[in-house]
Amino acid sequence: MIELDHISKNYGARDSVSDVSFKVEQGAFCAIVGPSGSGKSTTLRMINRLIEPSAGTIRINGEDVAALPLEALRRRIGYAIQSVGLFPHWNVADNIATVPRLLKWPEERVQQRIDELLALLQLDPAIRTKFPHQLSGGQQQRIGVARALAADPEVLLMDEPFGALDPITRETARTELSRIHKSTGKTILFVTHDIDEALGLADKIALLRNGRLVQFGPPIELLTRPADEFVRDFMGGSSLGLKLLALRQVRERMKPEPASGEPIAPETSLAEALSQMVLRRTSRLPVGGTGGSANGSIALSDLVG
Amino acid sequence: MRRLRDPLLWLLPLLLFLLLGMPLLRPIFAAAFPATSPPIYAADSFLALFLFHAEYVVLSSLAAALIGVSLGIVATREGGAEFRPILEALATIGQTFPPVAVLALAVPAFGYGPAPTMIALTLYGILPILKNTLAGLGSVPAAVREAGAAMGLTRFQLLRDVELPLAAPTILAGIRISVIINIGTAAIGSTVGAVTLGNPIIGGLVNGKVAYVIQGALVVGVFAIVTDLLFEHLDRRLRRFAARD
Repeated sequence: MIELDHISKNYGARDSVSDVSFKVEQGAFCAIVGPSGSGKSTTLRMINRLIEPSAGTIRINGEDVAALPLEALRRRIGYAIQSVGLFPHWNVADNIATVPRLLKWPEERVQQRIDELLALLQLDPAIRTKFPHQLSGGQQQRIGVARALAADPEVLLMDEPFGALDPITRETARTELSRIHKSTGKTILFVTHDIDEALGLADKIALLRNGRLVQFGPPIELLTRPADEFVRDFMGGSSLGLKLLALRQVRERMKPEPASGEPIAPETSLAEALSQMVLRRTSRLPVGGTGGSANGSIALSDLVG
Repeated sequence: MRRLRDPLLWLLPLLLFLLLGMPLLRPIFAAAFPATSPPIYAADSFLALFLFHAEYVVLSSLAAALIGVSLGIVATREGGAEFRPILEALATIGQTFPPVAVLALAVPAFGYGPAPTMIALTLYGILPILKNTLAGLGSVPAAVREAGAAMGLTRFQLLRDVELPLAAPTILAGIRISVIINIGTAAIGSTVGAVTLGNPIIGGLVNGKVAYVIQGALVVGVFAIVTDLLFEHLDRRLRRFAARD
Protein backbone atom coordinates (compact mmCIF):
# COMPACT_ATOMS: atom_id res chain seq x y z
CA MET A 1 0.00 0.00 0.00
CA ILE A 2 1.22 3.47 -0.85
CA GLU A 3 0.02 6.40 1.16
CA LEU A 4 0.60 10.04 0.28
CA ASP A 5 -0.12 12.13 3.34
CA HIS A 6 -0.44 15.90 2.78
CA ILE A 7 2.45 16.01 0.32
CA SER A 8 3.71 19.39 -0.93
CA LYS A 9 6.63 20.48 -3.02
CA ASN A 10 7.50 24.09 -3.62
CA TYR A 11 10.33 25.63 -5.55
CA GLY A 12 10.85 29.04 -4.01
CA ALA A 13 7.48 30.70 -3.81
CA ARG A 14 5.94 28.53 -6.52
CA ASP A 15 3.97 25.48 -5.43
CA SER A 16 4.52 22.57 -7.75
CA VAL A 17 2.47 20.16 -5.67
CA SER A 18 0.35 21.27 -2.76
CA ASP A 19 -1.27 19.20 -0.07
CA VAL A 20 -1.89 16.02 -2.03
CA SER A 21 -3.18 12.99 -0.13
CA PHE A 22 -4.36 9.63 -1.43
CA LYS A 23 -3.96 5.93 -0.75
CA VAL A 24 -3.26 3.21 -3.27
CA GLU A 25 -4.13 -0.30 -2.10
CA GLN A 26 -1.83 -3.29 -2.52
CA GLY A 27 -2.06 -4.61 -6.09
CA ALA A 28 -4.02 -1.60 -7.39
CA PHE A 29 -3.32 0.19 -10.66
CA CYS A 30 -3.48 3.91 -10.04
CA ALA A 31 -3.23 6.44 -12.84
CA ILE A 32 -2.10 9.96 -11.97
CA VAL A 33 -3.57 12.21 -14.63
CA GLY A 34 -3.79 15.91 -15.32
CA PRO A 35 -2.78 18.55 -17.85
CA SER A 36 0.89 19.44 -18.33
CA GLY A 37 2.38 21.25 -15.37
CA SER A 38 -0.19 19.83 -12.97
CA GLY A 39 2.51 18.18 -10.84
CA LYS A 40 1.89 14.53 -11.83
CA SER A 41 5.55 13.64 -12.46
CA THR A 42 6.69 15.57 -9.41
CA THR A 43 4.22 13.61 -7.29
CA LEU A 44 5.44 10.30 -8.73
CA ARG A 45 9.11 11.18 -8.31
CA MET A 46 8.63 12.04 -4.65
CA ILE A 47 7.71 8.40 -4.01
CA ASN A 48 11.21 7.11 -4.84
CA ARG A 49 12.72 10.38 -3.61
CA LEU A 50 14.15 11.55 -6.90
CA ILE A 51 12.54 14.70 -5.56
CA GLU A 52 12.29 15.27 -1.83
CA PRO A 53 8.92 16.64 -0.68
CA SER A 54 8.88 20.02 1.09
CA ALA A 55 6.19 18.79 3.45
CA GLY A 56 4.16 15.69 4.16
CA THR A 57 4.87 11.98 4.47
CA ILE A 58 4.87 9.13 1.99
CA ARG A 59 4.48 5.61 3.35
CA ILE A 60 4.97 2.30 1.58
CA ASN A 61 3.37 -0.53 3.55
CA GLY A 62 3.35 1.76 6.54
CA GLU A 63 7.06 2.65 6.34
CA ASP A 64 7.97 6.32 5.97
CA VAL A 65 10.12 6.49 2.82
CA ALA A 66 12.08 9.44 4.20
CA ALA A 67 13.35 7.22 7.00
CA LEU A 68 14.72 4.53 4.66
CA PRO A 69 18.24 4.58 3.19
CA LEU A 70 17.92 6.16 -0.26
CA GLU A 71 19.50 3.39 -2.35
CA ALA A 72 17.76 0.58 -0.48
CA LEU A 73 14.41 2.31 -1.00
CA ARG A 74 14.97 2.77 -4.72
CA ARG A 75 16.02 -0.85 -5.21
CA ARG A 76 12.59 -1.84 -3.85
CA ILE A 77 10.75 0.36 -6.35
CA GLY A 78 10.61 -0.26 -10.09
CA TYR A 79 10.83 2.86 -12.23
CA ALA A 80 10.11 3.22 -15.95
CA ILE A 81 10.09 6.50 -17.87
CA GLN A 82 9.18 7.78 -21.32
CA SER A 83 12.79 8.24 -22.42
CA VAL A 84 13.55 4.73 -21.07
CA GLY A 85 17.15 5.56 -20.11
CA LEU A 86 18.65 2.17 -20.86
CA PHE A 87 22.42 2.12 -20.31
CA PRO A 88 23.74 2.40 -23.88
CA HIS A 89 27.02 0.61 -23.12
CA TRP A 90 25.36 -2.46 -21.59
CA ASN A 91 23.54 -5.15 -23.53
CA VAL A 92 19.93 -6.08 -22.86
CA ALA A 93 20.76 -8.81 -20.32
CA ASP A 94 23.07 -6.52 -18.32
CA ASN A 95 20.51 -3.72 -18.40
CA ILE A 96 17.79 -5.99 -17.02
CA ALA A 97 20.21 -7.36 -14.41
CA THR A 98 21.01 -3.90 -12.98
CA VAL A 99 19.05 -4.05 -9.72
CA PRO A 100 19.43 -7.81 -9.04
CA ARG A 101 23.20 -7.32 -9.32
CA LEU A 102 23.07 -4.27 -7.03
CA LEU A 103 21.24 -6.52 -4.58
CA LYS A 104 24.02 -9.10 -5.00
CA TRP A 105 21.82 -11.93 -6.21
CA PRO A 106 23.79 -15.07 -7.13
CA GLU A 107 24.60 -14.90 -10.83
CA GLU A 108 22.62 -18.07 -11.56
CA ARG A 109 19.46 -16.52 -10.15
CA VAL A 110 20.12 -13.30 -12.10
CA GLN A 111 20.32 -15.24 -15.39
CA GLN A 112 17.20 -17.17 -14.53
CA ARG A 113 15.37 -13.94 -13.76
CA ILE A 114 16.41 -12.42 -17.11
CA ASP A 115 14.91 -15.45 -18.88
CA GLU A 116 11.70 -15.16 -16.89
CA LEU A 117 11.33 -11.47 -17.70
CA LEU A 118 12.04 -11.93 -21.40
CA ALA A 119 9.31 -14.58 -21.39
CA LEU A 120 6.93 -12.36 -19.40
CA LEU A 121 7.38 -9.53 -21.91
CA GLN A 122 7.22 -11.95 -24.83
CA LEU A 123 10.67 -11.04 -26.13
CA ASP A 124 12.87 -13.31 -28.22
CA PRO A 125 15.69 -14.70 -25.99
CA ALA A 126 18.13 -13.79 -28.79
CA ILE A 127 17.66 -10.14 -27.78
CA ARG A 128 19.80 -10.75 -24.65
CA THR A 129 23.09 -9.82 -26.30
CA LYS A 130 21.80 -6.83 -28.28
CA PHE A 131 22.69 -3.26 -27.35
CA PRO A 132 19.97 -0.63 -26.82
CA HIS A 133 20.72 1.23 -30.07
CA GLN A 134 19.98 -1.96 -32.00
CA LEU A 135 16.41 -2.14 -30.66
CA SER A 136 13.19 -0.52 -31.87
CA GLY A 137 11.46 2.03 -29.64
CA GLY A 138 8.88 -0.54 -28.59
CA GLN A 139 11.53 -3.11 -27.70
CA GLN A 140 13.51 -0.54 -25.72
CA GLN A 141 10.40 0.36 -23.77
CA ARG A 142 9.74 -3.31 -22.97
CA ILE A 143 13.33 -3.80 -21.82
CA GLY A 144 12.85 -0.70 -19.67
CA VAL A 145 9.80 -2.30 -18.07
CA ALA A 146 11.67 -5.61 -17.65
CA ARG A 147 14.52 -3.75 -15.95
CA ALA A 148 12.04 -2.02 -13.65
CA LEU A 149 10.48 -5.38 -12.70
CA ALA A 150 13.77 -7.27 -12.43
CA ALA A 151 14.22 -7.44 -8.67
CA ASP A 152 10.53 -8.14 -8.10
CA PRO A 153 9.83 -4.69 -6.59
CA GLU A 154 6.83 -4.07 -4.36
CA VAL A 155 5.82 -1.04 -6.38
CA LEU A 156 6.18 -0.04 -10.02
CA LEU A 157 6.30 3.67 -10.87
CA MET A 158 5.78 4.59 -14.52
CA ASP A 159 6.06 8.08 -15.96
CA GLU A 160 4.33 8.19 -19.35
CA PRO A 161 6.18 5.04 -20.34
CA PHE A 162 4.39 4.76 -23.68
CA GLY A 163 4.42 8.46 -24.58
CA ALA A 164 7.06 8.10 -27.30
CA LEU A 165 5.55 5.06 -29.03
CA ASP A 166 3.43 5.09 -32.19
CA PRO A 167 -0.31 4.50 -31.64
CA ILE A 168 -0.27 0.81 -32.64
CA THR A 169 2.77 -0.11 -30.56
CA ARG A 170 1.31 1.89 -27.69
CA GLU A 171 -1.93 -0.10 -27.82
CA THR A 172 0.05 -3.37 -27.70
CA ALA A 173 2.17 -2.04 -24.84
CA ARG A 174 -0.97 -1.13 -22.84
CA THR A 175 -2.51 -4.55 -23.35
CA GLU A 176 0.77 -6.08 -22.26
CA LEU A 177 1.03 -3.89 -19.17
CA SER A 178 -2.52 -4.82 -18.23
CA ARG A 179 -1.62 -8.50 -18.57
CA ILE A 180 1.57 -8.03 -16.53
CA HIS A 181 -0.36 -6.22 -13.82
CA LYS A 182 -2.85 -9.08 -13.60
CA SER A 183 -0.20 -11.81 -13.59
CA THR A 184 2.21 -10.17 -11.11
CA GLY A 185 -0.24 -8.36 -8.85
CA LYS A 186 2.17 -5.42 -8.51
CA THR A 187 1.00 -2.08 -7.19
CA ILE A 188 1.42 0.29 -10.13
CA LEU A 189 1.41 4.08 -10.18
CA PHE A 190 1.21 5.37 -13.71
CA VAL A 191 1.50 9.00 -14.84
CA THR A 192 -0.22 9.97 -18.07
CA HIS A 193 -1.91 12.99 -19.61
CA ASP A 194 -4.01 10.71 -21.81
CA ILE A 195 -7.34 10.11 -20.11
CA ASP A 196 -8.21 7.19 -22.41
CA GLU A 197 -4.98 5.46 -21.41
CA ALA A 198 -5.90 5.98 -17.75
CA LEU A 199 -9.47 4.73 -18.26
CA GLY A 200 -8.23 1.66 -20.12
CA LEU A 201 -5.65 0.63 -17.53
CA ALA A 202 -6.38 1.99 -14.08
CA ASP A 203 -8.72 0.94 -11.32
CA LYS A 204 -8.07 4.20 -9.48
CA ILE A 205 -7.51 7.65 -10.98
CA ALA A 206 -5.92 10.62 -9.21
CA LEU A 207 -6.70 13.77 -11.16
CA LEU A 208 -4.37 16.71 -10.52
CA ARG A 209 -4.66 20.35 -11.52
CA ASN A 210 -2.14 23.06 -10.66
CA GLY A 211 -0.52 20.79 -8.11
CA ARG A 212 -3.76 20.01 -6.28
CA LEU A 213 -5.68 16.76 -6.17
CA VAL A 214 -9.06 17.51 -7.71
CA GLN A 215 -10.60 14.07 -7.50
CA PHE A 216 -9.50 10.57 -6.56
CA GLY A 217 -11.52 7.43 -7.15
CA PRO A 218 -12.41 4.61 -9.52
CA PRO A 219 -12.77 5.62 -13.20
CA ILE A 220 -16.56 5.14 -13.16
CA GLU A 221 -16.86 7.59 -10.29
CA LEU A 222 -14.90 10.29 -12.09
CA LEU A 223 -17.10 9.78 -15.14
CA THR A 224 -20.44 9.64 -13.40
CA ARG A 225 -19.85 11.97 -10.46
CA PRO A 226 -17.20 14.47 -11.54
CA ALA A 227 -16.24 16.76 -8.66
CA ASP A 228 -16.43 19.90 -10.77
CA GLU A 229 -16.59 21.35 -14.27
CA PHE A 230 -12.83 20.84 -14.77
CA VAL A 231 -13.07 17.11 -14.06
CA ARG A 232 -16.04 16.79 -16.41
CA ASP A 233 -14.15 18.56 -19.23
CA PHE A 234 -10.93 16.67 -18.61
CA MET A 235 -12.75 13.33 -18.57
CA GLY A 236 -14.11 14.01 -22.02
CA GLY A 237 -16.84 16.66 -21.88
CA SER A 238 -19.54 15.77 -24.39
CA SER A 239 -18.05 12.35 -25.19
CA LEU A 240 -18.21 11.36 -21.52
CA GLY A 241 -21.09 8.98 -22.29
CA LEU A 242 -19.01 7.11 -24.85
CA LYS A 243 -16.15 6.74 -22.36
CA LEU A 244 -18.60 5.34 -19.86
CA LEU A 245 -19.73 2.78 -22.43
CA ALA A 246 -16.09 1.80 -22.98
CA LEU A 247 -15.73 0.89 -19.30
CA ARG A 248 -18.69 -1.50 -19.15
CA GLN A 249 -19.08 -4.92 -20.70
CA VAL A 250 -21.91 -6.41 -22.70
CA ARG A 251 -22.53 -9.17 -20.16
CA GLU A 252 -23.68 -6.62 -17.57
CA ARG A 253 -26.59 -5.57 -19.80
CA MET A 254 -27.42 -8.56 -22.05
CA LYS A 255 -30.92 -10.12 -22.09
CA PRO A 256 -31.80 -13.79 -22.76
CA GLU A 257 -33.72 -12.86 -25.91
CA PRO A 258 -32.58 -14.39 -29.24
CA ALA A 259 -31.16 -12.46 -32.18
CA SER A 260 -29.72 -13.43 -35.54
CA GLY A 261 -26.23 -12.82 -36.94
CA GLU A 262 -22.62 -13.27 -35.85
CA PRO A 263 -22.55 -13.22 -32.02
CA ILE A 264 -20.24 -10.90 -30.09
CA ALA A 265 -18.38 -11.97 -26.92
CA PRO A 266 -19.88 -11.10 -23.51
CA GLU A 267 -16.60 -9.37 -22.58
CA THR A 268 -17.00 -6.88 -25.43
CA SER A 269 -17.27 -3.30 -24.18
CA LEU A 270 -20.57 -1.49 -24.61
CA ALA A 271 -18.78 1.07 -26.80
CA GLU A 272 -17.66 -1.68 -29.14
CA ALA A 273 -21.19 -3.13 -29.18
CA LEU A 274 -22.55 0.28 -30.15
CA SER A 275 -19.98 0.51 -32.90
CA GLN A 276 -21.00 -2.94 -34.18
CA MET A 277 -24.68 -1.92 -34.22
CA VAL A 278 -23.86 1.09 -36.32
CA LEU A 279 -21.68 -0.96 -38.70
CA ARG A 280 -24.27 -3.76 -39.02
CA ARG A 281 -27.20 -1.33 -39.20
CA THR A 282 -29.09 -3.15 -36.49
CA SER A 283 -30.43 -2.27 -33.04
CA ARG A 284 -29.95 -5.77 -31.57
CA LEU A 285 -26.84 -7.95 -31.50
CA PRO A 286 -26.59 -11.63 -30.53
CA VAL A 287 -24.19 -12.35 -27.65
CA GLY A 288 -22.50 -15.74 -27.31
CA GLY A 289 -19.59 -17.65 -25.96
CA THR A 290 -16.87 -19.03 -28.15
CA GLY A 291 -18.07 -21.51 -30.79
CA GLY A 292 -20.68 -19.17 -32.21
CA SER A 293 -23.84 -20.27 -30.40
CA ALA A 294 -25.74 -17.24 -29.15
CA ASN A 295 -27.15 -17.40 -25.65
CA GLY A 296 -28.64 -13.95 -25.51
CA SER A 297 -28.63 -10.54 -27.09
CA ILE A 298 -28.17 -6.86 -26.41
CA ALA A 299 -30.33 -4.08 -27.75
CA LEU A 300 -29.61 -0.42 -28.37
CA SER A 301 -31.92 0.50 -25.51
CA ASP A 302 -29.89 -1.77 -23.15
CA LEU A 303 -26.82 0.36 -23.74
CA VAL A 304 -28.49 3.35 -22.13
CA GLY A 305 -28.92 1.23 -19.02
CA MET B 1 43.72 -8.11 -45.24
CA ARG B 2 42.29 -5.37 -43.07
CA ARG B 3 45.06 -5.84 -40.54
CA LEU B 4 47.69 -5.49 -43.25
CA ARG B 5 46.36 -2.13 -44.28
CA ASP B 6 46.82 -0.82 -40.75
CA PRO B 7 49.60 1.80 -41.06
CA LEU B 8 50.86 0.86 -37.59
CA LEU B 9 52.18 -2.32 -39.12
CA TRP B 10 54.93 -0.48 -40.96
CA LEU B 11 55.16 2.74 -38.91
CA LEU B 12 56.05 0.93 -35.69
CA PRO B 13 58.99 -0.92 -37.33
CA LEU B 14 59.98 2.38 -38.96
CA LEU B 15 60.18 4.02 -35.53
CA LEU B 16 62.27 1.13 -34.20
CA PHE B 17 64.55 1.38 -37.20
CA LEU B 18 65.05 5.13 -36.72
CA LEU B 19 65.87 4.60 -33.04
CA LEU B 20 68.31 1.75 -33.47
CA GLY B 21 69.45 1.89 -37.07
CA MET B 22 69.99 5.61 -37.75
CA PRO B 23 73.75 4.99 -38.35
CA LEU B 24 72.76 2.75 -41.29
CA LEU B 25 71.46 5.89 -43.04
CA ARG B 26 74.96 7.38 -42.92
CA PRO B 27 75.64 7.04 -46.70
CA ILE B 28 72.42 8.89 -47.57
CA PHE B 29 73.06 11.80 -45.18
CA ALA B 30 76.75 11.88 -46.17
CA ALA B 31 75.78 12.25 -49.83
CA ALA B 32 73.11 14.86 -49.14
CA PHE B 33 75.11 16.94 -46.65
CA PRO B 34 78.81 16.43 -47.48
CA ALA B 35 79.83 19.40 -45.28
CA THR B 36 78.37 17.85 -42.08
CA SER B 37 80.74 15.71 -40.11
CA PRO B 38 79.84 13.25 -38.74
CA PRO B 39 76.76 13.02 -40.99
CA ILE B 40 74.69 11.31 -38.25
CA TYR B 41 74.06 13.07 -34.91
CA ALA B 42 76.29 11.25 -32.46
CA ALA B 43 76.34 13.27 -29.21
CA ASP B 44 73.71 10.93 -27.77
CA SER B 45 72.08 7.77 -29.08
CA PHE B 46 68.60 8.31 -30.53
CA LEU B 47 67.29 5.51 -28.34
CA ALA B 48 68.49 7.27 -25.18
CA LEU B 49 67.01 10.60 -26.34
CA PHE B 50 63.75 8.84 -27.16
CA LEU B 51 63.55 7.20 -23.72
CA PHE B 52 64.08 10.58 -21.98
CA HIS B 53 61.58 12.21 -24.28
CA ALA B 54 59.00 9.46 -23.77
CA GLU B 55 59.51 9.60 -20.02
CA TYR B 56 58.69 13.33 -19.92
CA VAL B 57 55.62 12.82 -22.09
CA VAL B 58 54.31 9.78 -20.22
CA LEU B 59 54.82 11.25 -16.74
CA SER B 60 53.44 14.69 -17.61
CA SER B 61 50.47 13.18 -19.48
CA LEU B 62 49.65 10.84 -16.60
CA ALA B 63 49.75 13.74 -14.17
CA ALA B 64 47.70 15.88 -16.56
CA ALA B 65 45.12 13.10 -17.04
CA LEU B 66 44.83 12.56 -13.30
CA ILE B 67 44.38 16.26 -12.58
CA GLY B 68 42.22 17.00 -15.64
CA VAL B 69 39.81 14.10 -15.15
CA SER B 70 39.55 14.74 -11.41
CA LEU B 71 38.78 18.44 -11.93
CA GLY B 72 36.23 17.48 -14.59
CA ILE B 73 34.53 15.04 -12.24
CA VAL B 74 34.44 17.53 -9.36
CA ALA B 75 32.98 20.25 -11.57
CA THR B 76 30.16 17.99 -12.77
CA ARG B 77 29.13 16.86 -9.27
CA GLU B 78 26.34 18.63 -7.43
CA GLY B 79 28.66 20.35 -4.96
CA GLY B 80 31.23 21.42 -7.56
CA ALA B 81 28.85 22.86 -10.13
CA GLU B 82 29.79 26.44 -9.25
CA PHE B 83 33.39 25.83 -10.37
CA ARG B 84 32.31 24.56 -13.74
CA PRO B 85 32.02 27.91 -15.60
CA ILE B 86 35.41 29.05 -14.28
CA LEU B 87 37.12 25.79 -15.22
CA GLU B 88 35.45 25.76 -18.61
CA ALA B 89 36.62 29.31 -19.34
CA LEU B 90 40.11 28.53 -18.07
CA ALA B 91 40.37 25.41 -20.24
CA THR B 92 39.24 27.30 -23.34
CA ILE B 93 41.37 30.40 -22.84
CA GLY B 94 44.34 28.34 -21.69
CA GLN B 95 44.37 26.38 -24.90
CA THR B 96 44.76 29.49 -27.03
CA PHE B 97 48.03 30.09 -25.17
CA PRO B 98 50.83 28.53 -27.29
CA PRO B 99 52.66 25.67 -25.53
CA VAL B 100 56.02 27.33 -26.28
CA ALA B 101 54.94 30.38 -24.30
CA VAL B 102 54.04 28.17 -21.34
CA LEU B 103 57.51 26.64 -21.53
CA ALA B 104 59.16 30.07 -21.72
CA LEU B 105 57.22 31.27 -18.69
CA ALA B 106 58.15 28.15 -16.73
CA VAL B 107 61.87 28.92 -16.94
CA PRO B 108 61.94 32.09 -14.79
CA ALA B 109 59.72 30.29 -12.29
CA PHE B 110 61.51 26.94 -12.09
CA GLY B 111 64.96 27.50 -13.62
CA TYR B 112 66.66 25.40 -16.32
CA GLY B 113 66.58 21.61 -16.63
CA PRO B 114 63.87 18.98 -16.81
CA ALA B 115 61.66 20.59 -14.11
CA PRO B 116 60.26 23.52 -16.15
CA THR B 117 59.65 21.14 -19.07
CA MET B 118 57.72 18.67 -16.93
CA ILE B 119 55.69 21.41 -15.28
CA ALA B 120 54.90 23.17 -18.53
CA LEU B 121 53.91 19.90 -20.20
CA THR B 122 51.66 18.94 -17.30
CA LEU B 123 49.96 22.32 -17.01
CA TYR B 124 49.34 22.59 -20.70
CA GLY B 125 48.27 18.93 -20.92
CA ILE B 126 45.51 19.42 -18.36
CA LEU B 127 43.53 21.79 -20.56
CA PRO B 128 42.30 19.51 -23.38
CA ILE B 129 41.70 16.68 -20.90
CA LEU B 130 39.67 18.88 -18.58
CA LYS B 131 37.68 20.30 -21.48
CA ASN B 132 36.84 16.87 -22.87
CA THR B 133 36.05 15.41 -19.46
CA LEU B 134 33.52 18.21 -18.92
CA ALA B 135 32.07 17.64 -22.39
CA GLY B 136 32.02 13.85 -22.03
CA LEU B 137 30.36 13.78 -18.62
CA GLY B 138 28.00 16.53 -19.75
CA SER B 139 26.84 14.50 -22.74
CA VAL B 140 25.60 11.54 -20.69
CA PRO B 141 21.83 11.65 -21.35
CA ALA B 142 19.83 12.99 -18.40
CA ALA B 143 17.42 10.06 -18.75
CA VAL B 144 20.26 7.57 -18.34
CA ARG B 145 21.50 9.34 -15.23
CA GLU B 146 18.00 9.56 -13.80
CA ALA B 147 17.27 5.90 -14.55
CA GLY B 148 20.55 4.93 -12.89
CA ALA B 149 19.75 6.92 -9.76
CA ALA B 150 16.21 5.55 -9.69
CA MET B 151 17.51 1.96 -9.92
CA GLY B 152 19.38 2.62 -6.69
CA LEU B 153 22.94 3.08 -7.93
CA THR B 154 24.97 5.06 -5.44
CA ARG B 155 26.58 8.27 -6.73
CA PHE B 156 29.91 6.51 -6.92
CA GLN B 157 28.45 3.53 -8.81
CA LEU B 158 26.69 5.90 -11.20
CA LEU B 159 29.99 7.66 -11.89
CA ARG B 160 32.11 4.51 -12.18
CA ASP B 161 29.69 2.21 -14.01
CA VAL B 162 27.68 4.61 -16.15
CA GLU B 163 29.02 8.15 -16.52
CA LEU B 164 32.73 7.44 -16.92
CA PRO B 165 32.33 4.54 -19.38
CA LEU B 166 29.97 6.66 -21.49
CA ALA B 167 32.30 9.66 -21.35
CA ALA B 168 35.41 7.52 -21.91
CA PRO B 169 35.70 7.99 -25.70
CA THR B 170 35.50 11.79 -25.30
CA ILE B 171 37.93 11.84 -22.38
CA LEU B 172 40.30 9.61 -24.34
CA ALA B 173 40.14 12.05 -27.27
CA GLY B 174 41.24 14.80 -24.85
CA ILE B 175 44.13 12.70 -23.57
CA ARG B 176 45.10 11.96 -27.17
CA ILE B 177 45.27 15.67 -28.06
CA SER B 178 47.22 16.36 -24.89
CA VAL B 179 49.78 13.60 -25.49
CA ILE B 180 50.34 14.56 -29.12
CA ILE B 181 50.86 18.23 -28.22
CA ASN B 182 53.22 17.17 -25.43
CA ILE B 183 55.34 15.05 -27.78
CA GLY B 184 55.94 18.16 -29.88
CA THR B 185 56.38 20.54 -26.95
CA ALA B 186 58.80 18.22 -25.12
CA ALA B 187 61.20 18.60 -28.06
CA ILE B 188 61.35 22.33 -27.35
CA GLY B 189 62.30 21.41 -23.78
CA SER B 190 65.84 21.00 -25.13
CA THR B 191 66.12 24.80 -25.28
CA VAL B 192 65.66 25.02 -21.51
CA GLY B 193 68.00 22.21 -20.59
CA ALA B 194 65.96 19.03 -20.77
CA VAL B 195 67.45 16.12 -22.72
CA THR B 196 64.93 15.16 -25.41
CA LEU B 197 64.67 14.32 -29.08
CA GLY B 198 64.81 18.09 -29.52
CA ASN B 199 68.58 18.00 -28.81
CA PRO B 200 69.64 17.16 -32.39
CA ILE B 201 67.04 19.62 -33.75
CA ILE B 202 68.05 22.55 -31.55
CA GLY B 203 71.76 21.65 -31.81
CA GLY B 204 71.47 21.37 -35.57
CA LEU B 205 69.70 24.72 -35.86
CA VAL B 206 72.27 26.48 -33.70
CA ASN B 207 75.26 24.99 -35.50
CA GLY B 208 73.80 25.09 -38.98
CA LYS B 209 73.73 21.30 -39.32
CA VAL B 210 70.51 20.60 -41.27
CA ALA B 211 71.19 16.85 -41.29
CA TYR B 212 70.75 16.69 -37.49
CA VAL B 213 67.58 18.76 -37.67
CA ILE B 214 66.11 16.32 -40.17
CA GLN B 215 67.13 13.27 -38.13
CA GLY B 216 65.61 14.61 -34.91
CA ALA B 217 62.47 15.82 -36.65
CA LEU B 218 61.99 12.44 -38.35
CA VAL B 219 62.05 10.57 -35.06
CA VAL B 220 59.75 13.06 -33.27
CA GLY B 221 57.34 13.01 -36.20
CA VAL B 222 57.11 9.23 -36.48
CA PHE B 223 56.84 8.98 -32.68
CA ALA B 224 53.83 11.32 -32.71
CA ILE B 225 52.13 9.49 -35.59
CA VAL B 226 52.63 6.06 -34.00
CA THR B 227 51.24 7.34 -30.69
CA ASP B 228 48.24 8.83 -32.43
CA LEU B 229 47.52 5.54 -34.19
CA LEU B 230 47.77 3.65 -30.91
CA PHE B 231 45.11 5.98 -29.49
CA GLU B 232 43.01 5.32 -32.56
CA HIS B 233 43.06 1.60 -31.74
CA LEU B 234 42.16 2.24 -28.12
CA ASP B 235 39.33 4.51 -29.21
CA ARG B 236 37.86 1.85 -31.50
CA ARG B 237 37.99 -0.64 -28.65
CA LEU B 238 36.17 1.77 -26.30
CA ARG B 239 33.45 2.51 -28.80
CA ARG B 240 32.75 -1.07 -29.76
CA PHE B 241 29.34 -1.05 -28.09
CA ALA B 242 28.23 1.78 -30.35
CA ALA B 243 29.77 0.51 -33.57
CA ARG B 244 28.49 -3.07 -33.47
CA ASP B 245 25.42 -3.65 -35.61
